[in-house]
Amino acid sequence: MGNIIQIKELSKSYFKKQALNHISLNVEQGKVIGILGPNGSGKTTLIKIITGILRQSKGEILVDGKVPGAATKAVVSYLPDRNFLYKWMNVQEAIGFYKDFYSDFDEQKAYELLDFMKLGKRMKVNSLSKGMTEKLNLTLVLSRKAKVYVLDEPIAGVDPVARDQILDAIIKNYNTDSTMLVTTHLVRDMENIFDDVIFLRDGQIVLQGNAEMLREERGMQIDDLYKNIFGE
Amino acid sequence: MNFNENLPIYMQIMNVIKKRIVIGELKEGEKLPSVRELSAELKVNPNTIQRSYQELEREGLVFTQRGMGTFVTEEKDITNKLKDHMASAIVNHFIIEMKALGFDLKKMIELVKERESGGE
Repeated sequence: MGNIIQIKELSKSYFKKQALNHISLNVEQGKVIGILGPNGSGKTTLIKIITGILRQSKGEILVDGKVPGAATKAVVSYLPDRNFLYKWMNVQEAIGFYKDFYSDFDEQKAYELLDFMKLGKRMKVNSLSKGMTEKLNLTLVLSRKAKVYVLDEPIAGVDPVARDQILDAIIKNYNTDSTMLVTTHLVRDMENIFDDVIFLRDGQIVLQGNAEMLREERGMQIDDLYKNIFGE
Repeated sequence: MNFNENLPIYMQIMNVIKKRIVIGELKEGEKLPSVRELSAELKVNPNTIQRSYQELEREGLVFTQRGMGTFVTEEKDITNKLKDHMASAIVNHFIIEMKALGFDLKKMIELVKERESGGE
């Protein structure tokens, strides 16, 4: 299968701070990729460049063969690391909002997912708990028929039950035509859904590979490997 | 489910399925859950489950019927052999650990017998 994302020597700096430092990366279609690293390692910057929200300072990036912009936003479904819905909306309105915005939005699927997440149509966005907000946002993001899903910290700060529901939703909606990029520092909870993992530190890739091969080679789970790399 | 051993996940899943076969939870000729179902149940990437099924097939424990799914082998020899194999792995482990504690074989047998007759 082809590479849906191609990144060559990508760098990004904010004034003097170097957030990404010469990153090269190819992401195959149909894979679930974990982008792992502590806070400040460059995960969110990388994702924002992939989703076309930020521009790189140097280097090249192609998503579905194109420079990130309006055309790639149409095929990339992005879950930011914070709530992106207007507070005055209720759940049903939020779904309508997404439907208007994205032509690949599958309304029926959204309502199915909503049921699965045990969220009501009439609930107000500003009355939702953190876990419920996350579930609503994920429902919207997964209801698009996108080529690439980019999930930034999808389970941060939610309780274990909601966490399981979110993982279930991700697994059930993953299909081999689409690619998922997931950032997390909660490696233990998520590592079993990854095909490949990328470890980021100080804006550089320190290790990458197939998760099962790494487990076999190193004789440990990815979570332990993470602690080895970032522990000292 | 937690995968804590220092083994790739696909191997740990193979062990789970082997155990289900040995204790009869999965019978000879019975259909295994689909890759999708098991992936959702264990919260594991479907590609990993697929790998487990392929390896189990290579070992002759399951077979795939195109368009139908994956089934436990109908050959009793193979499942019996699997049971013996798993039992001897447990016994080996027991002996190694007990030896490390300084027990000889005679003491071990005494302890096992005692345990059997004395309950807890």
